[in-house]
Amino acid sequence: MADTEILSGPAVVPTPAPDVEPAQAPDLSGWSCPLPLRDHPRVVMGHGGGGAMSAELVENIFAPAFGGPVLAALGDSAVLELGGARLAFSTDSYVVRPLFFPGGSIGDLAVNGTVNDLAMSGARAVYLSCGFILEEGVEMAVVDRVARALGAAARTAGVEVVTGDTKVVEAGHGDGIYLNTAGIGLVPAGVDIRPQRAVPGDVVIVSGQIGLHGVAIMSVREGLEFGVEIQSDCAALGGLVDAMLAVAPDLHVLRDPTRGGLAAALNEIAVAAGVGVVVSERAVPVPPQVANACAVLGLDPMYVANEGKLVAFVPRGEADAVLAALRAHPLGAGAAVIGECVADHPGMVVARTAFGGTRVVDLPLGEQLPRIC
Amino acid sequence: MCLAVPGRVTEIAERDGTRMAVMDFGGVVKDVCLEYLPDLRVGEYAIVHVGFALQRLDEESARRTLDLFAELGLLQEEFGDPWEAARVAEEAGP
Amino acid sequence: MKYLEEFQNPELASGLLADIRATVTRPWALMEVCGGQTHTIIRHAIDQLLPDEVELIHGPGCPVCVTPLEVIDRALAIAARPEVIFCSFGDMLRVPGTDRDLFRVRGEGGDVRVVYSPLDALRIARENPEREVVFFGIGFETTAPPNAMAVHLARRQGLRNFSMLVSHVRVPPAIEAIMNSPHCRVQGFLAAGHVCSVMGTDEYPALAERHQVPIVVTGFEPLDILEGIRRTVRQLERGEHTVDNAYPRAVRPEGNPAARAMLEDVFEVTDRAWRGIGVIPQSGWRLSPRYRDQDAERRFDVAGITTREPAQCRSGEVLQGLLKPHQCEAFGTVCTPRTPLGATMVSSEGACAAYYLYRRLGTPTVPQEASPVG
Repeated sequence: MADTEILSGPAVVPTPAPDVEPAQAPDLSGWSCPLPLRDHPRVVMGHGGGGAMSAELVENIFAPAFGGPVLAALGDSAVLELGGARLAFSTDSYVVRPLFFPGGSIGDLAVNGTVNDLAMSGARAVYLSCGFILEEGVEMAVVDRVARALGAAARTAGVEVVTGDTKVVEAGHGDGIYLNTAGIGLVPAGVDIRPQRAVPGDVVIVSGQIGLHGVAIMSVREGLEFGVEIQSDCAALGGLVDAMLAVAPDLHVLRDPTRGGLAAALNEIAVAAGVGVVVSERAVPVPPQVANACAVLGLDPMYVANEGKLVAFVPRGEADAVLAALRAHPLGAGAAVIGECVADHPGMVVARTAFGGTRVVDLPLGEQLPRIC
Repeated sequence: MCLAVPGRVTEIAERDGTRMAVMDFGGVVKDVCLEYLPDLRVGEYAIVHVGFALQRLDEESARRTLDLFAELGLLQEEFGDPWEAARVAEEAGP
Repeated sequence: MKYLEEFQNPELASGLLADIRATVTRPWALMEVCGGQTHTIIRHAIDQLLPDEVELIHGPGCPVCVTPLEVIDRALAIAARPEVIFCSFGDMLRVPGTDRDLFRVRGEGGDVRVVYSPLDALRIARENPEREVVFFGIGFETTAPPNAMAVHLARRQGLRNFSMLVSHVRVPPAIEAIMNSPHCRVQGFLAAGHVCSVMGTDEYPALAERHQVPIVVTGFEPLDILEGIRRTVRQLERGEHTVDNAYPRAVRPEGNPAARAMLEDVFEVTDRAWRGIGVIPQSGWRLSPRYRDQDAERRFDVAGITTREPAQCRSGEVLQGLLKPHQCEAFGTVCTPRTPLGATMVSSEGACAAYYLYRRLGTPTVPQEASPVG
């Protein structure tokens, strides 16, 4: 093979030496690619992935359409002054396949997800609404099982389902059951927890092992099926937050790292507060089975979803007390300090690798997909 | 390219005329095709890519490689490495 | 996971690094061929630990990245057909064709499914006899045997509704092409371990001899990469250029004979375009005449779809080590992982995407002010 022109095919302009300013502007005449794919004319799965595409959907369509200063804060829940009380209010929709997975079901998720969104502003959830969107043909026994799981989860979380709605869509127009819940709760006086309050010096704590929910779901998803003895961590975190507030009422930030995992949660906080976050990779508690499932599928545990964990930004002086309070609670037994908040590289999350180097932990783009290479 | 990981064979069976195994990847269990390593036995390790065992993992060779790495570490401790010392000192800081 | 974690142990890195530092006396440019290795290097920040003399050039070894735009466009056309269930590895769904990607085809009603293994696609074909099931067969020599087996089994099991869109690529011709480039700076190669698990090492001695470059077969974990670098630097400092196997636990000289025989049967070597690089002679595989009736390109008559690649992309230079990703004027502006211009930005394994994702910190995006990072 003597053709020396091989590497100067259609895509390559005349080659300047490295570190030298390119001699001329690139020739755009034959440029067929790309239309930036951010301008999707239709919704794609990534818009619901909790990553950069979801954020753009909210910023570009929903926020401008709805307006209002409360929404603009873009927290997990809205905190409202109403009749002298401070209410936290949040809603979430649940689409999960399969409906039942190791460690829970869509019914558990629908309660715990909304309760946790409220807890992340320091509120204890009190009342929930619940909407069922049922697909024509779904077995009644399945509906019953989901409803009972939902009721049991509500009792465990100490909330009451006080209003609801049911709709049925034609067969083929839904995955059996979709749920929506909304919740309200009271924010205790003096508590002000929101992403914007992260400040350099804050200690970053995660309440336990990460990646369990995402891996449990993937293990039963069609086309991926694998055996693994772990369960979703799906749980209501109201009690855990109460325990933290009892020792440290001045908690700065709480976030539940659901879709997009720890990476998404930390990035959202870094951007909202205009701070940098440094995470020590070795300090992040990853159970071996999660690490191994991720190794097989080519995923990064930092991007895998959790449903019963929180990440907290705590003033340095209160970090020990908060950590002790977490570890004393059954849902926080595996809590660990994973990093700190810094003034450098605002809006960016940086991981210190086990080998002593650093890398940027970016916001995930969309859906997490297994890779082959 | 080619995300491939080492797994251990726990069961072997013919399925649809194809030689298949159940393999364990540190607590993660998956079905794997053995057509390319038909003589792989239960208990042995192989490198697996997209559901196929592609090469038997030589455990003895793996141990030798790790021993070599450890040996290089001992040599380095013995003769010192100022660059490494500086890095460790830096990491021990705040 | 046994035999994985041990090779990720940071405690064992210091001896390897010390040996590299003690050996190196002058600058060397090494290329890791494989995208999986690039991923490890960037994810664990291995390159930050190396002495300044050792420069790593990230090679073209990501099959997702180098799949030509034209083949993606053909895939999109097939996937959009109502009778088709289009199955693909997950990484391909996000790779943009001319005006859309597989995600968007799915959003528009196409039946696009992510599978973990080509055998999953066979199962889907068995369960859906009234539909046409097409598998997107991409990858290097590691992925080719599983895909070949799927084609072979479909034939054996009489699954007439299964076909494959094949765009396989081969590593040795790519190394040859890189070395033949007049501007090539690469002085030593870390060869892709898992490719050699299948193919063995007998394709490499002639390459090493002809181009006077050491070629060291290297694994994928951080310590494997350091060991590959260590052995390559040793050879370079001694003026040697042999083929060396630094991944003996998974690579034998003869590779996997059963897999190689299946490749011979199902595929035949062909010229292949690499996205962002151009046509490399003899660098691809297509279905052999015996299996041509399972070629999706023929079955759905998409061979007429041809696409020119963007002129602005300079990934050819990046792949030759002439340009660091952030020195490209399009990097981080016109060209991002969301809006990739070429091969190296397309998947997270590509050099440009790896820079964008993991090294944006302290990496200036203004090319003229940039200094090489390393």
